[in-house]
Amino acid sequence: MTAIEPEKRSTSVSLSVWLRPVAFILLLLILWQIAVSRHPEQLLPGPWAVLKGIGELLHHGLLLKYVVASLFRVTWGFALAAVLAIPLGLTLGWYRRGDMAFNPLVQIFRPISPLAWIPLAILWFGVGDLAAIFLIFVGCFFPLLLTAMSAVQNIPAVYINVGRNFGMSTAQFVSRVLYPAVVPQLITGSRITMGIAWLVVVAAEMIAVNSGLGFLIVDARNAGNRYDLVVAGMVLIGIIGLLLDLGMRSLERVKSFRWSYSED
Amino acid sequence: MATETLKRPPFPSGKLRLEHVGMAFDNDGKSFPVLEDINLDVSDGEFICLVGPSGCGKSTLLNLMGGFLAPTSGSITIDGQPVQGPDPRRILVFQERGVFPWLTVEGNIGFGLSSLSRAERDQRIAHYVQMMRLQGFEHTYPADLSGGMKQRLQVARALAVNPDILYLDEPFGALDSVTRLIMRGELLRIWESERRTIIFVTHDIDEAVQLADRVVVLSSRPAKIEDVLTIDIAHPRNISSPRYLQLRDELMSKIGLAYTL
Repeated sequence: MTAIEPEKRSTSVSLSVWLRPVAFILLLLILWQIAVSRHPEQLLPGPWAVLKGIGELLHHGLLLKYVVASLFRVTWGFALAAVLAIPLGLTLGWYRRGDMAFNPLVQIFRPISPLAWIPLAILWFGVGDLAAIFLIFVGCFFPLLLTAMSAVQNIPAVYINVGRNFGMSTAQFVSRVLYPAVVPQLITGSRITMGIAWLVVVAAEMIAVNSGLGFLIVDARNAGNRYDLVVAGMVLIGIIGLLLDLGMRSLERVKSFRWSYSED
Repeated sequence: MATETLKRPPFPSGKLRLEHVGMAFDNDGKSFPVLEDINLDVSDGEFICLVGPSGCGKSTLLNLMGGFLAPTSGSITIDGQPVQGPDPRRILVFQERGVFPWLTVEGNIGFGLSSLSRAERDQRIAHYVQMMRLQGFEHTYPADLSGGMKQRLQVARALAVNPDILYLDEPFGALDSVTRLIMRGELLRIWESERRTIIFVTHDIDEAVQLADRVVVLSSRPAKIEDVLTIDIAHPRNISSPRYLQLRDELMSKIGLAYTL
């Protein structure tokens, strides 16, 4: 009866919401191009050169191949971490003793950069996809574990009491109270963690493999100082990162998840 | 005659019976008594209001009856059976946030009905949507409902599982005074048509006198039962009748409030 449906915002408003950042980016690109053409000594390739670089990659069939390779590693590393860390985190968060036992361990592992694992990853898995996937896994595991633990601990007691009151089995309780109560927090945590995964894949590809966007950047420099391709790789990483985040965000708008982002 | 008073019937006089119930919480190794020697007999279909100073342990007492906590001493029985934990036959309605925000109105009312067939469940949901005047909001999420509607929804979800006792923990405490008055009327209407036993915690004296068959007055912590006041006015109650005002004043003085501000 209260609250206006957010979907009913007029299209003209949402159009200007989209247009404004796009127009601003275009302006910056033009300024970038002007600046580069005025200083031919070139500390940075211009946007036009970068665009041509991307076209070149597309032409050689490398663009799709590298993007797919990077996404493949991110997907596996993230998915493995999610499958292990989320159930474990939910369990540890539910049992206070589990939290007490595991928390110090988690806090020791958490500040270690996933990149510090590179030597061990190569030792264990050799140079290849597995090493990169392992690094992403390590980078995602602890943030997801902590998200899941705190999500359980933050469930309002009243939801748990209502669940108990209606006489449910443990399985019913998990699927109908615990799970829906933690989903919004898990989505937010996953969004942030996906960002980490995307950061780690680039670094991992610079060392452990010979494909992907991270590899593109190192390779373009080593194979002839092709800085246009270096920046092209950076731009692609940024755009795909943005798309991943938009994808995760769209989950936050699902009606049965949206409650925790609004009031109450 | 004497043998009759000695012999107890299999179901002692009441539906819900509290005998010498005591409760203490542990805090830093020290034990804080909250409730002491609570004795109460509630008969089937009775409407009881629990009043008392804030923080006296009214909610604790309700949680004990609901099986969410176990008393440190004494016994609580329903139909002669000791209370051993939460039970869908007795539903507790909370003051706030009691409805699940991830379920629609329909989903919330149907929450406790998963053992029923689909047709039966839909029929039950429709019945309580109607009774609680939530028509047109079946597919609405609680975030888009008003405070009063959320509380009606919570009562609907509780009634849908057909409980014999309803525990209400200041259910209208967070509502504005007009909505609160309307909600009291609705609750009485339901109580009269469905005749459940109701235990209603409130800090509002008017609310207690308007609703209850008997008002149980608790003392401050550690709470004991100070008095039990029978409200002998038939429903619908005229809230400006002399008897109403007299009982209200009596209750006020029992709680220890002055007549003037």
